[in-house]
Amino acid sequence: MSEVVIRLREVTKSYPGYSYITSGFKNFVFNLRRALSGIRKRFIVLQDISFEVYRGETVGVIGRNGAGKSTLLGLIAGVIKPDRGQIEVRGRIAPLLELGAGFHPELTGRENIILNGVLLGMTRREVMNKLEQIIEFSELREFIDQPLRTFSSGMIARLGFSVVMHLEADILLVDEVLAVGDSSFQKKCWQKLCELREKGVTILFVSHALDQIEKFCNCVIWIDNHRIRAMGKPSEVVSIYRVESEWK
Amino acid sequence: MVRGWRYYIDLVWVLTVKEIKVKYKSSVLGYLWSVLHPLSLSLVFYFAVKLVLRIPMENFVPFLVVGLFSWQWFSNSLSSCAVCLLGNASLIKKVLFPRYLIPMSAVLNDLFHFLMSLPVIGFILLLFKIYPSLPWAYGIPLLLLAQFSFTYGLGLMVSAINVFFRDLERFVNIGLNILFYLTPIIYPSRLIPEKIYPYIFLNPLFPLIENWRRLFLEGALDFFLLALSFLWGLGSLCLGLYLFQKFSQRFAEVI
Repeated sequence: MSEVVIRLREVTKSYPGYSYITSGFKNFVFNLRRALSGIRKRFIVLQDISFEVYRGETVGVIGRNGAGKSTLLGLIAGVIKPDRGQIEVRGRIAPLLELGAGFHPELTGRENIILNGVLLGMTRREVMNKLEQIIEFSELREFIDQPLRTFSSGMIARLGFSVVMHLEADILLVDEVLAVGDSSFQKKCWQKLCELREKGVTILFVSHALDQIEKFCNCVIWIDNHRIRAMGKPSEVVSIYRVESEWK
Repeated sequence: MVRGWRYYIDLVWVLTVKEIKVKYKSSVLGYLWSVLHPLSLSLVFYFAVKLVLRIPMENFVPFLVVGLFSWQWFSNSLSSCAVCLLGNASLIKKVLFPRYLIPMSAVLNDLFHFLMSLPVIGFILLLFKIYPSLPWAYGIPLLLLAQFSFTYGLGLMVSAINVFFRDLERFVNIGLNILFYLTPIIYPSRLIPEKIYPYIFLNPLFPLIENWRRLFLEGALDFFLLALSFLWGLGSLCLGLYLFQKFSQRFAEVI
């Protein structure tokens, strides 16, 4: 536990009220005044977030819906840019922000593995070398050459998870995606995550499953009202969070 | 994440292959569609311009076919660029990779179909006793490059702006319609009145289409027009990349 792999310094992120622009020209003109003030008015999602994550740590992120947890992972993944503050990330990130992001329903399972693998940072050769392993892990061999639109959502989730698990990343960002799939596959996913953790992969983990967070993480960040409310040992932070959310 | 150029080639490859595969996965006629559409247009314009308006021209069919096929590449690319970022919303929100590759794969997809239709153009030329000539060997790649840079640059602008201003998609289609008739595609440029003729050089597609036809019908490449096309291409690429870079920071929060 020495090297810092993720460092955020006073990161603030707000979203603009774009709705009047993207809802079209007519709306923009007819609601010109509101539209212009909408551009200026921004919704703060995260404010002055600072923390550090060390190599090999497993960090849980908790908070109520809309607290900004997914935005936080998006910022670390580099998909969105902060308004202010600095984000430093060392190492290769595997963002598991959405299972099967970029999957296409008309392509077969196999074609989607290749597409997804390359999009997530592997070369085609690397994906090809791991193709068998990925198919094996997903347990979807008999369906793998069928178009993805014939898959159930659970099967799609399995496929997406299997690709990400084989990325050989240094940092894994997991956003509430483990709730899918049947219990045996979930168990397998947890095993795989534990394996990765043993190997020294840093994991950032958004979840509402507090029991899992307590068991699995060695640090918890609680985001409340766009700020970090508490950060520290899972048992302590989670128990306060539990009490408070029941009280509300 | 910095990776080698091989990785970027792989990225462009999988994105383009995806576009190509998806386009025809659920259609029966598949590849034929990319040929049937411009061919049917050729027939219609042959009827309207040659038979009804009686334009004084020989070899009107190959003239039409060459112009229409290269126009189709430009026009299809641009209309798919307009919607390509919205169509890949989940990718933009959840995966980090260079976004400018998305419109590139849209243009490459239509380039692929244009390449696949070259044999059809060649066949029609043969029917009219026009045979392949040496300038084709260097003319085709040069014109492909010129048209690709211009189309891609414009595609970058259109795709980026459409994220914030979704009506642009409709303006693009109207604009393409207007541009189609302003460009000498279904009529030869020599029929344009002298008064208006100088203005034709303001049309970035004019030197391209004109050159495609010179190349295929007369077996010669006009280097002045080619230089003009490359100039347009460079300008469009620079502006396109600049605008796209500026806008791309905010894609994920707006889409």
